[in-house]
Amino acid sequence: MPPLPALRLRVYVMGRAMTVAVVQPGGLAEESRALKRALKRVERRRRLRAIGLIGPLFLFLAVVFALPIVLMLHRAVDNPEVVTHLPRTTEAIQGWEGDGTPGEPAFAALGQDLNEAFYARRLAEPARRLNYEITGFRSMIMATSRKLPRGEAPESWKRTFLDIDPAWSEPRYWQAIKDTAQPYTLHYLLAALDLRMTSDGGVVAAPKEQAIYRGLFGRTLWMAFVITAASLLMGYPLAYLMVNGGKATRGVLLIFVLLPFWTSLLVRTSAWVVLLQQEGLVNQALQWIGAIDDPVQLIYNRFGVYVGMVHILLPFMVMPIYAVMRGVPASHVQAAASLGATPFTAFRRVYLPQTVSGVGAGCLLVFILSVGFYITPALLGSPRDQMVSYFIAYYTNQTLNWGMASALGVILLAAILLLYAVFSRMLGLGRPRLA
Amino acid sequence: MFDQIGWRAAVAALAVSALGFAGQATARDLTVVSWGGSYQDAQREVYFEPFKEATGTSLLEDSYNGGLAKIRSMVQTGTVTWDVVQVEAPELIRGCQQGLFEFIPWDKMGDRGNFIDGAATDCGVGTIVWAVALAYNTENVDGTPAGWADFWDVEKFPGKRGLRKGAKFNLEIALMADGVPADRVYEVLATDEGVDRAFNKLDELKPHMQWWEAGAQPPEWLASGDVVMSSAYNGRITAAQKEGQPFKIAWDGQVYAIDSWVIVRGSPKMDEAVEFIRYASQPENQAGLPKAIPYGPTHVAAIEEVPEDVRPDLPTAPQNLENALRNDTEFWIDREESLDERFNSWIAQ
Repeated sequence: MPPLPALRLRVYVMGRAMTVAVVQPGGLAEESRALKRALKRVERRRRLRAIGLIGPLFLFLAVVFALPIVLMLHRAVDNPEVVTHLPRTTEAIQGWEGDGTPGEPAFAALGQDLNEAFYARRLAEPARRLNYEITGFRSMIMATSRKLPRGEAPESWKRTFLDIDPAWSEPRYWQAIKDTAQPYTLHYLLAALDLRMTSDGGVVAAPKEQAIYRGLFGRTLWMAFVITAASLLMGYPLAYLMVNGGKATRGVLLIFVLLPFWTSLLVRTSAWVVLLQQEGLVNQALQWIGAIDDPVQLIYNRFGVYVGMVHILLPFMVMPIYAVMRGVPASHVQAAASLGATPFTAFRRVYLPQTVSGVGAGCLLVFILSVGFYITPALLGSPRDQMVSYFIAYYTNQTLNWGMASALGVILLAAILLLYAVFSRMLGLGRPRLA
Repeated sequence: MFDQIGWRAAVAALAVSALGFAGQATARDLTVVSWGGSYQDAQREVYFEPFKEATGTSLLEDSYNGGLAKIRSMVQTGTVTWDVVQVEAPELIRGCQQGLFEFIPWDKMGDRGNFIDGAATDCGVGTIVWAVALAYNTENVDGTPAGWADFWDVEKFPGKRGLRKGAKFNLEIALMADGVPADRVYEVLATDEGVDRAFNKLDELKPHMQWWEAGAQPPEWLASGDVVMSSAYNGRITAAQKEGQPFKIAWDGQVYAIDSWVIVRGSPKMDEAVEFIRYASQPENQAGLPKAIPYGPTHVAAIEEVPEDVRPDLPTAPQNLENALRNDTEFWIDREESLDERFNSWIAQ
């Protein structure tokens, strides 16, 4: 039997031609291995190039997006103040069972800790943390620390403390120290849900006059919902007109939508103040045409916030819908009409379903953006119209209670993720299509 | 586990940003930070420009809206771009205890006894006495409101009212309106019943309220007629009077406080900063400020040098101090957060 002719294989991998094998009987196994190796090599090069391309973006996101979120999650449960700055007390208090005043060792530990932290200017942190448990505890600690003997240890720390302030004999203060002498706490997360922890580990509702956050989250989500609905109601017909109107109409409308979009947020918000205030243009115009006798309150209430925010967020609704609508062939509706559908039925059964992905993307964008709004409600709203971010800013800048700010952020994030899951399930959006 | 990775990454990120800022941190001018607006304009005229001329030191200005957040992050990251800052009393104490400010070298600054009570502290040198008082527009009010009790009387003086949004000042004001004398206000407010009493009193006015946040708002609203009476920072009202606004202040029941200069810890311009504060605390220099904006000086000798015609506008004028309340700083550091929480819950209902 004559030998089989040699077989040359030209393989195209990623558009590159290469001769990989001269196939001869018996050499097949080795040739296929060579082919695999070549494939792998090219694949690896391709992957490296891809990583090289998205690498900077990935790094950027990791540093400015993922890391802060992780730190925020951490800070919401982090409780380092007492453990770090009052280490001896942390250790000494563990043996105390919670009944009666603790003994001399606990007082001695606290005395040394206070002395050290006070003069190193590190006492403010634990004192503030303890003040969250019992109002007034901070100044009691500070006043006591100022009077404690420095250097030589006193004969009895306990007597020294009680001489300075008899309140040190009350177990509730020691209970507060014991409760906070843990590296992690649920205090902030619970407080952000209007809950309080009791010293036996139970959870109770906050007193009615201090319960604000559940109402606040409800209000934030409701306002975001109203704003999304209003934007959809106005944005959908607008996008339709932009797609189906003439070329001139489209140009003009596009400018109307985009021009405000390019203007600074603060400028637009301030412009609304000028328009809507008591002596503002809108009130003057309404009075001039005789529609009203006295100026109406258009600002510093919910109405003002809605007007301002819908105006700012409308482009985020219009643009995705517009992009999707442009892809819907006009012939579909015509076909429906030719088959006897009324214009309304043709719209409902043929046109609308094809634009759902744009509506979904627009609603999602507007909803998530409005949940986090800060400036517009702060400038156009009353205290009753503030959203979660207002309180996050308050705790971050005003009181420096970053645990509380993080806890509010974590719960807001959780609420948004939950809503997103429900929303995408409902609309069947595997991934919202953005133009 | 998390801690290690998390913090290492955080440190790396900070190191990267620190590199970026390094160029900025070196070789810069003495930076003085105040509260902006007409107040800082006055300071520029009385302190900043004359100081530059007298010492040849170049000086940069910045302004902020209070709070310690920015100073804290500067100190913690070691990128101190502010040197001298004017802070309010609670921030002075909190920042000092947290180690955000340098100690004042009093041996270079002069005798502590030269300053009024509460103005010479470990970390700060008092610079002005300011007050929150009742202001009204005489064109929109029939008669003369005499104090906070009249502020609550919406039958006698109909129209909207303005108060600062937040628990501070308002709880004191509500108690004074309810008949508590100024010197007993904090004693009453320290009890739960006292807090309830203050909130009940605020309830009466709630339908007539418009809440302000920025000091510039009360004079604006009084002028536009949005409110007929408001609590306000006294200096802003006098400034508006000078511009011809028909405003008046009822000093009875004013709540006053002291603002101080501090030096941010780790400031590379420590010597210049001390020099500036020393300059701005000289009685002859302090006495110039009330002419530009009527906040009271803190140096005892400066009080006597203030021109006669400006004196009645100062919170520290004897007749204005008759039923006045000094804002209790320790009280508010302990309770501001919990009382604000209650205030926010109350206001949202």
